[in-house]
Amino acid sequence: MDFELNEDQEALAEGVAALCAGRFDIGTVRAMASDGLDRGRWTELAQTGVFSLTRPEAEGGLGMGWAEAVVVFEQLGRALVPGPLAAATLTASLVGLSETATAVETSGLDPVEIGEGAAEGSIVVGALQRCGGPCFVEFAEWVDGLIISDDEGLWWVDAEWLKAADAAPAAHPLDPLTPVSAVSELPQGRRIADRSTAVVWRRCGALLTSALQLGIASGATDQAVEYAKQREQFGKPIGAFQAVKHRCADMITRVEVLRAAVYAAAVTVDGKGVDDPSRSVAVAKILASSAAAACAKDSVQVHGGMGYTWEVDAHLFLKRAWVHDLAFGDGDDYADQLARGLLSG
Amino acid sequence: MDLCYTEDEEAFRDELRTWLKGALPNVGPPPTDHTDLEARRAYDTRWQRILYEAGYAGVHWPAEFGGRGSTPTEHLIFLEETERAGAPYVGVNFVGQLHAGPTLIAEAAPEQQRAHLAPILRGDHVWCQGFSEPGSGSDLASLTTRAFDDGDHYVVTGQKIWTSFAQVADYCELLVRTDPDVPKHRGITWLIMPMDLPGIEIRPIVTALGASEFAEMFLDEVRIPKVNRVGGHNDGWRVTMVTFAFERGTAFISEIIASQRLLADLAKVAQKVTRGSARASDDAEIRRRLGRLEAELDALWSLTKRNVSQAQRTGMVGPGGSVFKLAYADTRKRMSDLAEQILGRAGLAIGDTLDLGELDHVGERLYTLTLTIAAGTSEIQRTIVGERLLGLPKDR
Ligand SMILES: Cc1cc2nc3c(=O)[nH]c(=O)nc-3n(C[C@H](O)[C@H](O)[C@H](O)COP(=O)(O)OP(=O)(O)OC[C@H]3O[C@@H](n4cnc5c(N)ncnc54)[C@H](O)[C@@H]3O)c2cc1C
Repeated sequence: MDFELNEDQEALAEGVAALCAGRFDIGTVRAMASDGLDRGRWTELAQTGVFSLTRPEAEGGLGMGWAEAVVVFEQLGRALVPGPLAAATLTASLVGLSETATAVETSGLDPVEIGEGAAEGSIVVGALQRCGGPCFVEFAEWVDGLIISDDEGLWWVDAEWLKAADAAPAAHPLDPLTPVSAVSELPQGRRIADRSTAVVWRRCGALLTSALQLGIASGATDQAVEYAKQREQFGKPIGAFQAVKHRCADMITRVEVLRAAVYAAAVTVDGKGVDDPSRSVAVAKILASSAAAACAKDSVQVHGGMGYTWEVDAHLFLKRAWVHDLAFGDGDDYADQLARGLLSG
Repeated sequence: MDLCYTEDEEAFRDELRTWLKGALPNVGPPPTDHTDLEARRAYDTRWQRILYEAGYAGVHWPAEFGGRGSTPTEHLIFLEETERAGAPYVGVNFVGQLHAGPTLIAEAAPEQQRAHLAPILRGDHVWCQGFSEPGSGSDLASLTTRAFDDGDHYVVTGQKIWTSFAQVADYCELLVRTDPDVPKHRGITWLIMPMDLPGIEIRPIVTALGASEFAEMFLDEVRIPKVNRVGGHNDGWRVTMVTFAFERGTAFISEIIASQRLLADLAKVAQKVTRGSARASDDAEIRRRLGRLEAELDALWSLTKRNVSQAQRTGMVGPGGSVFKLAYADTRKRMSDLAEQILGRAGLAIGDTLDLGELDHVGERLYTLTLTIAAGTSEIQRTIVGERLLGLPKDR
């Protein structure tokens, strides 16, 4: 057992951190708020291979494990890189998730092409769990299609449909970097994969989202600690005051517990663990949903009045944390799932 | 990065499981009377002897000192399997096995090691820890129990408090003030004190649980031979810190496994008690709280494995241990809150489960109060994490 990042994984994390610092610094990311998804940058991101990590080598992917994907997504989450990142990686991996993915009835664009396009960044895909009634669809104006998961499988919905349905963009999306559009009802779509693939899809989606949340929790914590060292009141750095110092200690504590859960889930999904993957991912998503928002809120508090401004990034961490909480099942859903396991055990 | 065990580790686990299956039926149930410490000592040391005879005593101690020389991962497996099998907890052997013993291994003279290490492993000697004083808890280095130099003896006068199992201990790892005129950390000495010396008086303290596992210890001109000093004169603080550096991330393994069992039992209770017209387990909010706690315990188990892996690589866990302790105490306190909510009026008596579950959730609820106090309070841990891990400035 060696439950620490190996050298390659550490190098991967550093590489992605450097990429984000160079090409997705917070100024650039913020500028993207006005024009939604920058397809040029998206393709650039795709070309670094981040969406091909878990795509099989035979299909031109990198053939890596979910552990590597999690290491990369942590950095993307931390840099607040916008866009349907998890959906892109999942779609590009679809050929590897299940052999039946291609065998199910389709017409028009087939899953192989969609997967290829997602890996290269030429096709942008959104992911959604089926829900009744009116709902908001992320990046509706920019995606080429949606993949909706439900108990029966995965369903493809073309961008054409979104246009025809008159999806109405919200003037003020909660997260300025995650534009959303209201649709009154989701269409059925064309089935592109069976139910067992849908289960794996949701599981891996929740895993990648937990990794993004880990990046947010850890980014918000570092940001608060940095500020606490430099902001002075009463003649000393505020981080010298116990109330602030102890808050920061609680933040890093949440981060480290979450990190253990996310890494454990990833290696378990990779088959390098002893537990059940669906349980491990549930654990990660539960902790991610509470830790990311809690750390982001704490960062707002440590920043005082500055924390409530548009200018300081603290609110961006918090808003993205709230967005991610709803992706691929929220904390409450998974908590209920674990409790039912306990109650029947 | 992986969570797989090697073939050797799996073999170690299998062998241990087989042995536990044969050994445990002969151990018998633990004493039920919380106040009978002699019975507790007899039970715990008997188990230690059984471990010793099977070659499992001091799994993590180096082989040259009679241990098994196992890696941190094997120690993790040992603690996991013994707890899962329901084997006795380390109990009164805690200080000897996990604190005094390792200190002697690192710092003591060969004669001292010969005299003390084997009896600890065999369960012949029970040790206690005489560190805290009425005036010195979190600020341990301010301790004032005074030791005067008298030829080949130290003459010790003062008071210790919260000394767990002092009533049934044979030896005490004692911190004394040997020089009051230098900065506080530099005038402390570490001594081995036999508990049968004249001048030692022990008064049990009754805990909130109604038990008396710790005591006050009054020392009145106790003559301790200088050959019992470990490390140099005035060098005791360093010796104490060396001991803390021994932590390999394994400290709470038994607790985590026991907590998982406790939560599973609480889930059973929730299926038996009614809230309004339905069972507590039908309440979505109660279910979510159960699920969240289950997730937290699972994550803490993973964090343990991370700390153990780090120890295996670098030999240390550092502030990762403090992070763990903070999170664990917090989770356990929320588990207690949930137990309170589920039990309702069935929680008004300690140790009487009314056949709702197998475990004493009320007693455990009181026990969790110690988790934010003993071995460095949560406030002190937060300061350690803030300053050493995050590099925040000291408030001085
Ligand atoms: C079950 C149990 C078993 C124990 N067994 C032993 C044993 O065998 N041997 C032994 O030597 N000791 C033992 N102890 C003692 C234990 O180590 C001390 O209780 C602990 O170190 C705290 O010291 P104190 O009780 O004097 O509290 P204090 O130090 O007086 O603290 C009181 C409160 O003030 C807070 N506080 C103190 N200083 C600061 C600060 N700088 N910043 C912020 N807050 C602060 C604390 O967090 C706490 O909330 C045991 C304690 C318990 C509960």
